[in-house]
Amino acid sequence: MPAREGIYGLLAEFETPGDLVRAARQSYQDGWRRMDCYSPFPLEEAAEAIGFHRDKVPLVCLLGGLLGGSAMFALETWISVIAFPLNIAGRPMYSWPAFIVPAYEWTILWAGLSAAFGMLALCGLPALYHPVFNAPNFRDGATTDKFFLCLEALDPKFNAAEARAYLEAFQPVSVVEVEY
Amino acid sequence: MATSEIRPKDPGVDPATGEYRVIGPGQTFRSITEKISRIVLTPRTPMGWFAYFAVAGSGTTMLLVALTWLFLKGVGIWGITQPVAWGFAIINFVWWIGIGHAGTLISAILLLFKQQWRNSISRFAEAMTIFAVMCAATFPVIHVGRPWLGYWLLPLPFTMDVWPQFRSPLMWDTFAVSTYATISVVFWYMGMIPDFGTFRDRAESKIAKYFYGVLSWGWRGSVRHWVQYETASLLLAGLATPLVLSVHTVISFDFAVAVLPGWHTTIFPPYFVAGAIYSGFAMVLTLAIPLRKYYHLEQLVTERHIDNMGKLMLVTGFIVGYGYAMEAFMAWYSADHWEAFTFWNRAFGPMGWSYKLLLTCNLFIPLTALWSRKLRTNIAFMFVLSIIVNTGMWFERFVIIVTSLTRDFLPSAWGTYRATKWDYMTFFGTVAFFLFMFLLFVRFLPMIPMNEIRLLLPQAKIKPKVTAEAGD
Repeated sequence: MPAREGIYGLLAEFETPGDLVRAARQSYQDGWRRMDCYSPFPLEEAAEAIGFHRDKVPLVCLLGGLLGGSAMFALETWISVIAFPLNIAGRPMYSWPAFIVPAYEWTILWAGLSAAFGMLALCGLPALYHPVFNAPNFRDGATTDKFFLCLEALDPKFNAAEARAYLEAFQPVSVVEVEY
Repeated sequence: MATSEIRPKDPGVDPATGEYRVIGPGQTFRSITEKISRIVLTPRTPMGWFAYFAVAGSGTTMLLVALTWLFLKGVGIWGITQPVAWGFAIINFVWWIGIGHAGTLISAILLLFKQQWRNSISRFAEAMTIFAVMCAATFPVIHVGRPWLGYWLLPLPFTMDVWPQFRSPLMWDTFAVSTYATISVVFWYMGMIPDFGTFRDRAESKIAKYFYGVLSWGWRGSVRHWVQYETASLLLAGLATPLVLSVHTVISFDFAVAVLPGWHTTIFPPYFVAGAIYSGFAMVLTLAIPLRKYYHLEQLVTERHIDNMGKLMLVTGFIVGYGYAMEAFMAWYSADHWEAFTFWNRAFGPMGWSYKLLLTCNLFIPLTALWSRKLRTNIAFMFVLSIIVNTGMWFERFVIIVTSLTRDFLPSAWGTYRATKWDYMTFFGTVAFFLFMFLLFVRFLPMIPMNEIRLLLPQAKIKPKVTAEAGD
């Protein structure tokens, strides 16, 4: 990523989740789009307030599971019928009921791995650096007990002075500039 | 009915519901975070920790000695022989993996049922699962005799073009246990990512900041991430639930698919799963009771947790009791001569003491005592009871494996079984290794999920604006 100049956005700190959700909802209604909320625990209402309704994790999980299960079943069939046929007590080479168990386990294995790593990929993690970490009050509170709303400079409505006045109207604890 | 039984003045009781509180009163987001992160981020490790670590470490060394001698001499140093070729290795395998099951039950099944009280105990129950699976997976590998060929279990194209045989339950086991271990680790680690973020932000030393910073993968608590994170957690819970039920089912197939009297029975899958969860809850109690006392976590792991786990043990204990009853019933009802003899031999044969011990430890003591709420919330009693149930469940596996194998169809093939000191060293060595790993976990990782505990506080609820202005 090329180094960027200037400010990333304005970060407002709130004491309670309710204050954050109200501010986020109002900003979204007023036309802000490039923004994000930060909270120390899952806060679905805030995500809805900034227009994030659907995520793709279930789809990734489903695809992973289907792929894993069918891959294992195909592997078992290929091994038992073509690559290494063994006569086990006269059972058919293609004894599919016995193949269900490993295929079932692999369905779960790959669905689970896809859900976990797919989620991280969709979130853009791992990302050890992010501009919000530069804000002086962010690391003290965002993962402990404070709630943050960030209006980002990339938003076409963004103007440092006006955005600051806009955020101050929500009576946050503080509003700070976040630098790249 | 429950309300009158407990003292209403007890500060641990919520007057609104008459139940014990899930979290002690008067906590804030910051106080909880402080309490949990201080255990890990303190520069001073308590002396007691070193004492336990030394004991667990010497036990682990004993395990290493036993394993080294095993690798040098072969499985002949154990008590296994014909007809009892499975012995301690498989008893311990089934026992350990069963213990792991309660961890998944707490972290996955209770999450799906929205049992929020589980939040305080889910993390170390998951850790328990992982360490128990590590101990369990050791046994089949060292039992095969040539552990360095253990990779033959995997479908890899070797130079000699040999592939595994997928019609065998032992092969299914490989997939069930390896999937279980992988998914448990992923679920556990994913759960810790936000807490690593908290540690990164609260750490004072540079090393800790880097260490937890890298482990947190840059978690910053964006609500967009939280939504996807929650979806992934629910999906993993939904996947872990059928997984955990399948793992012990597949393990019971190792027995049930064989034609041996005492093994060849359809009650095994549900009976194994219930037994696994039963012993697992006992192990959670064995670990949780000293931990909450030692680290002063009584406000987070309250009487409510101990009480609820007691109730779950009561339920699963009765399912196990049903399994025992069905075994006895089928021995008579099947009119199968060998099946009837095996049951008689189990109860009254030369190893009948082990069957009586298992009935006492698994049924008579717990299933009478756990009805009483007073006893369920008596911490010392529950600790002793958890050890009793763990012992009983170990003997259940002993009874299933040893008594069935010592006397099967032909009296001329009968034998007996006596474990050697190497068997005991390996078994107690894995117990020590389990504690060793657990002590490391308690010292370096968040043992209680801070982000989930925050959700339990009243402050986490979003209040409408009117009351917010008027009230707080």
